[in-house]
This record gives sequence, structure tokens and C-alpha cells, in this order.
Amino acid sequence: MNFTLKIWRQANPKDKGRFETYKIENISPDASFLEMLDILNEKLILEGKDPVAFDHDCREGICGMCSLYINGRPHGPDDDITTCQLHMRKFKDGETITIEPWRAAAFPVIKDLIVDRSAFDKILQAGGFISVNTGSAPDANSIPIPADVVEEAMDAAACIGCGACVAACKNSSAMLFVAAKVSHLALLPQGKIEAAKRVKAMIAKMDELGFGSCTNTGACEAECPKNISISHIARLNREFLSANIKES
Amino acid sequence: MIALNSRIPDGSIDKKWINFKSSCKLVSPANKMKLDVIVVGTGLAGASAAASLGELGYNVKVFCYQDSPRRAHSIAAQGGINAAKNYQNDGDSIYRLFLDTLKGGDYRSREANVYRLAEVSNLIIDHCVAQGVPFARDYAGYLDNRSFGGAQVSRTFYARGQTGQQLLLGAYSSLNRQIKEGKVKLYQRRDVLNIVIVNGRARGVIVRNLVTGEIERYSAHAVVLATGGYGNVYFLSTNAMGSNASVIWQAYKKGSLFANPCFTQIHPTCIPVHGDYQSKLTLMSESLRNDGRIWVPKKIEDARKLQRGEIKASDIPEEDRDYYLERRYPAFGNLVPRDIASRAAKERCDAGFGVNNTGLAVFLDFSDSIKRLGKEEIERRYGNLFQMYEKITNENPYETPMMIYPAVHYTMGGLWVDYHLMTNIPGLFAIGECNFSDHGANRLGASALMQGLADGYFILPYTIGNYLADIVKEPRIDTNTAEFEEANKEVNEKINRLMSVNGKEPVDFFHKKLGKIMWDNVGMSRTEDGLNEAIKIIREIKTEFWKNVKIPGKINEYNAELEKAWRVADFIELGELIAIDALHRKESCGGHFREESQTEDGEAKRNDEEFAYVAAWEYKGENKNPELHKEELIYKEVQLVQRNYK
Repeated sequence: MNFTLKIWRQANPKDKGRFETYKIENISPDASFLEMLDILNEKLILEGKDPVAFDHDCREGICGMCSLYINGRPHGPDDDITTCQLHMRKFKDGETITIEPWRAAAFPVIKDLIVDRSAFDKILQAGGFISVNTGSAPDANSIPIPADVVEEAMDAAACIGCGACVAACKNSSAMLFVAAKVSHLALLPQGKIEAAKRVKAMIAKMDELGFGSCTNTGACEAECPKNISISHIARLNREFLSANIKES
Repeated sequence: MIALNSRIPDGSIDKKWINFKSSCKLVSPANKMKLDVIVVGTGLAGASAAASLGELGYNVKVFCYQDSPRRAHSIAAQGGINAAKNYQNDGDSIYRLFLDTLKGGDYRSREANVYRLAEVSNLIIDHCVAQGVPFARDYAGYLDNRSFGGAQVSRTFYARGQTGQQLLLGAYSSLNRQIKEGKVKLYQRRDVLNIVIVNGRARGVIVRNLVTGEIERYSAHAVVLATGGYGNVYFLSTNAMGSNASVIWQAYKKGSLFANPCFTQIHPTCIPVHGDYQSKLTLMSESLRNDGRIWVPKKIEDARKLQRGEIKASDIPEEDRDYYLERRYPAFGNLVPRDIASRAAKERCDAGFGVNNTGLAVFLDFSDSIKRLGKEEIERRYGNLFQMYEKITNENPYETPMMIYPAVHYTMGGLWVDYHLMTNIPGLFAIGECNFSDHGANRLGASALMQGLADGYFILPYTIGNYLADIVKEPRIDTNTAEFEEANKEVNEKINRLMSVNGKEPVDFFHKKLGKIMWDNVGMSRTEDGLNEAIKIIREIKTEFWKNVKIPGKINEYNAELEKAWRVADFIELGELIAIDALHRKESCGGHFREESQTEDGEAKRNDEEFAYVAAWEYKGENKNPELHKEELIYKEVQLVQRNYK
């Protein structure tokens, strides 16, 4: 297969950045999208040019490191996958493919397609945990938890922190990301004790870091590679409201 | 001369760890505040160690090459984590987990270490549940278990097919709490490139900031390496693209012994290779072998038709299918340990019975389980794995059997450590996959997560205290000392040397060449001639690399090719050590199969008379042969017998 690639190139955070166009030929439909970029980069290196910088690591859809905005969609034209799981068979031969970094004020570009997502770490540092010290836990079966509750917590805990929800949102809101963690922990009995403190701290940090507001468009849910439901945002709102009522 | 002292405590096997804990030296809370510890890596071992040390009151600096600690490759572990809870009432115990792990490792690990691992396994499950890890539960709300290779009990705890992810996110959440408390300082997008040794003790690291290219220096009272395995020596593996051995290789060059490098694990259930542009291999969890049956055709003509794409799996009637694991190993069937399952797949494919166009694949078939349990139950157990398989191969495993083939997955070898998890360099610790200690010559499924978290949560916090107690009076040191200058200079020189080659071939060209010879000659099956040839070729690759590698860009900027070049330069040297170790070990054991040493029916044949030892290699200088040190393995609890899974 042959493709025309329009790729965002930006030397550093201060550079204005621009699209550059590349042609690439003889790509197997079974190649992954990132393998296609590997082939492009090898070609650029041999031509003495600067290869395209992009984040990637596990290449099996779980680490959350890859982060490309492809033809107007985070993680490209397939559902429930990350960019590294996208294969070239999903494109038409001869197609022009536009590749951009995540675009959000809270995710500044580092180089080309790489953005700084440390804001996500900072939100979790504000309260995305249960305060248990190593060594103090009781026997694991001492608190039975209904299987359906655990399954719902697991649905939320499956978040990989890639940032597709922020990239998909017209307001660059991080509500789905925050909701996933708040919901995961608030559903479980172990997490309920700190629930009010947690949700307030995480929301305050999210606002401070420059993420936008949620207007319930559902774009985040549609693009989430792990299919995390916006019903968790409803639980986040409920948790936040009740935390504030308790205080007043 | 290096004297290996494993420092195993006195007492019976079940009292050793208890004796250690009740007699080890302690550091008072006031003194802990004055002590700094560097942790390299944020996978299960690194994140759990950094968090636990922070909770204890030490000042921790933690480093990772990714943009966030949560991305370390432990995240990709699928199937589960073992513990001896015996919640299933099926006869499990600490002693049995110890025996299974020791036997699974083909009697090439230390009894005392393995027993301790089994002993702390239950604490891990308790702690992870308290952190909010959503392990699977039954309808009464109690924890569920599944069975795994090499065991006849169900002792594996799991969170769908994402157990590693959930355990890592648990450790990461504890790490985040300590970052908030100010006890842990996080340095992400950093490659640790050198270790600083002052007066014989590890006291710091030299680091490259991957965003700016700047070289940074950090000092501490002890350095903990938790950088994972070296499977990427083989180019194609189930490791993450960035997984590397550079820090442990640097430790080796500074005098740490490297133990059992040839013990590499080839995992039986991975998605087969499909093209020469391929960048990595994807694992399909071993847990699938609980409900999937592995087979190839009985008739060679059926195999040939499958290879040519003329028939499908469903065209072959039941009586013409060879469920070769069930046939050869009736007691364990599809749940034999990984090394045995991998070799059996290779044996069938080498004999011409492979089922895809390359002839290098076997079927993993769920049709019987779907009939027995229903599609919904299979989806609940393995849904994300089936989805992952379909996205990669474009085939629906609910309807057609999966195709799988072995791939490099885990490395049992690593830095030599004593019972305290300390290398032979005082103050330099190695935990998790990057040490050699617990899995012998083969790791059982669901034991990697157990070891990483055992080391980080429950072992290192005690043993490092015992070390630090002796140096509480040592002040913090400045990073402008001569030792730091020298270590920094070594890094600058290697980077300049790499950049100045200015040859014609990109880094991957050399990495692929290395991977090919490693897979062909130092992979699932090894011979004396093949290993000698591999050593010769690897040396040629090294020479060619340093003459002809081409790295674009500059030093002082984000430069992914420079990162890769540094890692591959180290992989080439490590590849040679793997081959040297494999050549010297003239026996078959676990993942190390020497064709010269097999039984009449093709099973691995150990040689306990000559090889019941840990091979610990000492670096003797550039292009010089390493020196072998032996730590004899003494077995008091078990009689050494050939493993029998029949």
C-alpha cells in the first residue's frame, strides 16, 4: 500500500511548528501504524533527515504511551484501540493520512508528536490513592465485595492514562480520566473512607492545571481506547457534590 | 578475587526469613530522614520499593525513562499473580508453592530465596486488595483463583487479563502518595547511564535527561536497580520497545557479577511473526491454556494444506488432530511449564506440522470450552485478550482457533545478588527481573509479579535497612567529587564516540542482525557449534556497529536514535555473554536446552553432578573473556530429580 503522510513537525516547545508531507510506499496491510512510522523514520535517517519523534513503548495497547491524533481522531480510525494496535489495513491504498500530537493547553508539545502529560500524574498525586502503608493490610478475604461492584470498579480502573479523552474533547477536559480513578476507588469499600477528600483534591488539581470544563458531549467516551463509560463522570459529579455538602 | 557470600541466614528453611527479620539491624526514624536512596525503574519492583521506602521515612529519588511511572512494562503482564492463600481448599501451602517454584525452575535457584518468596506471597495479596486492586471475585464476594502452568492447584489471583496493569497501578498509587508527602522525588524521561562508586560503595548515578539531552548527577546512600529484563537482546520479544539492560550492564562493567545470563524464557503463547518490518511480539497470556487446547494436524498432508491456505482448522476432523501436549504430558496436559510447551511447539513445527504460511505456528483452540462454558463466560475470562488478538491478526478467535508460536519473554538471569538482594558492590541492590535470584532456569507463570512485589514491598525494605544502619553517620555527598566527574566523563565519552561514528546504517539494522543470530543459535535450542558461531558473529556485529552506525540529530536535544544506539551497543555485548554462558553450561535445564544433553524421548537432561551452581560472570575488560565464579547450590529440602510432568 502507498500513502501520503502529513505530519506535524515541531523542533521544540518554542517552535511554531508546521505540517510536512512525506510519501511512503510498499507498506504491508498487516503492518501496524507505528511500524509504518518506523519504516518512514528509517528512510529519513538514511536520507540524512531528522526522524519523526513520537511516544510509544509497549506496542500492545496497555502502557498508554502512544498518543497520535490521526485523521482527526485520537488513536485513529478504529474503535477501542490505541495507536499501536492500529493496522494499515484500516486505511485505503493511496490515502492521505494526517498525523498530529494531542492538542491541549495542559499537554504542551515537547517535540513533533510528543506531548508532556505529566499533568495526569499530578492529578493522581493530589489524591488518586488509598492511604494504606505496606504491612498494615488485613487478610484479603476479610471484606467480601460483590462481584458486580468489583467488575464496575475494574471497568473504570482499566484506564491507561493515554489522554485520548482530553485530546477528543473540544474543551480539553480531563473529566473522564479523573472520573475513572474517583469511580474505581469510590466503588470499593476500602476506598470509601477517603472518598470525599480524594474527589475534592483531584478536582482542584485538575482545574489548577488548565484542563477545560465538561459539557457532556461524550466525545471522550467515544474515543476512549478502553471504552470507559461517561457514567463514571456522573458518579464523579455525585461524589463531588456530596463531598461539598458534607463539608457545609 | 571475588568471594561469593550469599549471606543465607541460619535455621530451618521456614525460620530463615523470620530469623533474619528479628536479628537485622534497624535504622531509627530520625536517622531515616538523613538517608537518601536512589531507585532506578518504576515497574512492580521499583515502584513498590520506592513507595515502601518513602513510607518508612527515607528520602527516595526514583527514575524512569517513560513519561510516567505508570507505563513501566509490568503494566503488560496479563494472567495473574501467585500466592499460597489456599482459599480454594485444594491443598496449597507455602511449602507447596516453594516446591513448585523450585521444581519449575529446574533446581537452579536458591532454596532460601524461593522459600522466602512463597512466604511473603500472601502478604502481597492482602496489601494489593487494601490498595484497591480489583481482583476477580466470585458471586459471594470472595477472591477467585485460576490455575497456571506448572501447578496442580489454583493459586493465581487475577484482574481479568490485566493483572499486571492493576498491580502496577496499585504500586503507582502508593508511589503517588509518597510523592505528595514529599518523601519521593520523581524524575521521568531520564535514562540512568552510569553508577558512581565512592570508597567501594554505590553512592550515585549519572543520568541523561531525554528531553533536553543534559547530563545530570544524583547522589544517595544506596542505589537500587529495578530495571527489568534483557529480552530485547533478541530484538523481537514481548518486552516494551524501551526495555533495556544498560544500567545492569554498566553495573557489570563496574564489578557486579552477572549470573546465569543464558537462562532466558521463551514463552509458548505469542502471536506468530508476520513480516520483516515487525517491531515486537505480542504475548497471549498463559492463562489461556486453562481453557484452550493446543494442537496441530496428525497428518502431514493436512499441515501442508493449512500452510498453503487450502483448508481451515475446522476442516480437520477431531480424530486427525494431535493435541501433542495432552499426548506427551497427560498429568499436566496443556498446563506444562513454559519451557516444555515452547520446545514441544518447536518440535512439531520443525517436523513440518506448523499451521500457518510460515509453518511456524500451532493452534490454540477454544471451541471445546466455548461449548462447555458458553461464549459469555469465555469473554468474561479472556475478553481483552481475544480483542487484542483480533485487532492484530484480523481473525476472530471465538470462531477460528488462535495461532500461536513461542517468543522471547522473560530473563531469569540477571545481576548476582545475595539473600539481601545486594550485588557484590556494597550499596548496590538489584530487585525484580533484573536480578537472577528466584526463578532458576525457568520461571513459572504468575511468578514474575509475585517476585517483583515481594522484593519491593516486603524484602528490600528490611534488607536495605540492615545495610544503611551501618552507614547512618555517612554524610550526604556532593556531586562534584572526583568520582562523579569521572563517571560523568565516561558517559560523555561514550555518547561522543557513538555520535562520531557517522556511518551508513541505522541502529535497528544492527539490532535486527543481533536478534537474528541470538534467536537462531542462542534461542530455544542450542549446540556447541551454534554457540561458537554466534560468539564469532556477535563480535563481528560489534565491530561493524562501532564503524558504521548512523545516528541523526544532536546530543543536546530529544534524540530517540541516540537512546537506542546506547542500548543496542550494550545489548551486543550482553548477547555475547549470554552465548558464552550457554556454551559453558553443557547441560539442559529449564529454558536452556543443549541438544547434546537430552533424554531418548527428547526431554531436557540436567547434569547435577557438574552444573548445580549459579554461574556468576566477572567483567575483565573490553574484548577480554569474563571470569566464571560458581555459587554452589545446596539442596536440603528436596531431592534433585528430573522434572516429570507426564
